[in-house]
Amino acid sequence: MTRTREWVHAWLLLLPAMSLLVLFTHYPTVANLWHSLHSTPRANHPSVWVGLDNYRNLIEDPIFWQALTNNLWYAVGTIPLSIALALLMAIWVNDRIPGRGILRLAYFTPTILPMIAVANIWLFFYTPEYGLLEQVLAWFGSAGHNWLGTRSTALPALMVVAIWKEAGFFMIFYLAALQSMSPQLAEAAAIEGASRAYFFRRVTFPLLMPTTLFVLVNAVINAFRMVDHIVVMTRGGPDNATELLLYYIYEIGFRFWDSSYAAALTMVLLAILGIFALLQFSFLERRTHYQ
Amino acid sequence: MTASSIRTGNGGLRVLETAAAWLLGILWVLPLLYAFWAAFHPAEYSTSFSLTAPWTLANFVKAWHAAPFARYFVNTVALVTMVLAAQLVLVTLAAYAFARFEFPGRNVAFALVLMQLMVMPDVLIVENYRTMAALGIKDTILSIGLPYMASAFGIFLLRQTFKTVPRELDEAARVEGCSPLMTLWKVYVPLARPTYLAYALVSVSYHWNNFLWPLIITNSVESRPVTVGLQVFSSTDQGIDWSIISAATLLSTGPLLLAFLLFQRQFVQSFMRAGIR
Repeated sequence: MTRTREWVHAWLLLLPAMSLLVLFTHYPTVANLWHSLHSTPRANHPSVWVGLDNYRNLIEDPIFWQALTNNLWYAVGTIPLSIALALLMAIWVNDRIPGRGILRLAYFTPTILPMIAVANIWLFFYTPEYGLLEQVLAWFGSAGHNWLGTRSTALPALMVVAIWKEAGFFMIFYLAALQSMSPQLAEAAAIEGASRAYFFRRVTFPLLMPTTLFVLVNAVINAFRMVDHIVVMTRGGPDNATELLLYYIYEIGFRFWDSSYAAALTMVLLAILGIFALLQFSFLERRTHYQ
Repeated sequence: MTASSIRTGNGGLRVLETAAAWLLGILWVLPLLYAFWAAFHPAEYSTSFSLTAPWTLANFVKAWHAAPFARYFVNTVALVTMVLAAQLVLVTLAAYAFARFEFPGRNVAFALVLMQLMVMPDVLIVENYRTMAALGIKDTILSIGLPYMASAFGIFLLRQTFKTVPRELDEAARVEGCSPLMTLWKVYVPLARPTYLAYALVSVSYHWNNFLWPLIITNSVESRPVTVGLQVFSSTDQGIDWSIISAATLLSTGPLLLAFLLFQRQFVQSFMRAGIR
């Protein structure tokens, strides 16, 4: 009797959050699959079952492949660098460096600024002829490059913005982990005469492994989720050189209004995220066992 | 002598590292410094730097009058408040159920919650747009916030905190005749205050800065948050006037930036707390 009451109470507590989750996470995931197997409803043509047609189009769509490749390069280019920088920053501001408080603040500031706002400023930095980067390069006598307008440099230029935005955010997690590490470890190492590099390699880095994994998963998600700066800086151009998957979904879904094809593209994105979801699950499980 | 000074006693390397750390720090605030420079100086100084450049507030006045920023601010504040209020209630109830109740289907339900950590509303834009259209609430502030109100991150974070509350306190409250909801309110919520603060700061800055979904679902001045307003403003005829764009950028981030500078310690600690879980 009381057992049943506890069940009822638990489900009543869960009900509000669960119904919203079902409505805006689980239902859309399933509906997305369903709609990707249908045609987009148009004025005189209601939506009909088309099987795998949208996926066949996807395989033959060079822009999709371009967006996927770009996104993979974008991930490969931004994730290791922003994590390495984050670790370096955390070690610096955890140490007794002069001006530690100010540095901590400086590194962290990009995290709380909206990407959309800072992208406007970065846009100016990259502006040809009188942008800040061009002015600095002019001192060294090598100006005259259109960073965002050239195929080969547009995506790397956006990667720099992403790294700048994310490193400080990831730093926080490393800083938290470093601060929870016992100072006795460093003292013991100092007494044993271990060098700093040795201490980092054999003690700090292994102990930070769970944090690195956590940060890595977040970095992967962000590499596929963060497209705000593309809207401001390049709109996928020049010639699709900065087209990323989610931005392409946005273009197909809300500028060409082809919702079925956008649904098929979303399935690809969900599949990529799903692979990392499995990683995250096993990781969280392990983490909660410790507590 | 302390351990860290032994460890880092190597003089030359130390100086080099400090210099590198500061160089990186300067690079990291450079965009913000530039925005301040351009916003507070006349347009002709936006691309040339001189110590004698006159200061002005005209750019802010121009930006303020060129777009309905006051309305955008009202919208953003309404959005952020609404989302946070709903999140706090929903997340508290769900976290309590997961932390302290035994019921069939608990693990499945929890796995379904965690799914949102990966499949976030940010990615499901096409279907959520369809849902909002079906509900007839497109282009409202409610429609921007609704997909984010049940937050898996919040449920997970708070569940971890609730689990650290001693069961004896819970049982004592029950013996006193408290209902589950009363126990939650009297015992758990007060003890989880630091977690609530951490979660609130993370949530507010996330939704203040959110862009793509609000861009898609809103279509009018009455519902646009400040991020979308800024984009509409700087991509139209304002063209290349960097001074005004910088002023608008500072305006739109101003309140959050100010709060951050005033409460930086809490911000940093909150993000750390939210990260450790």
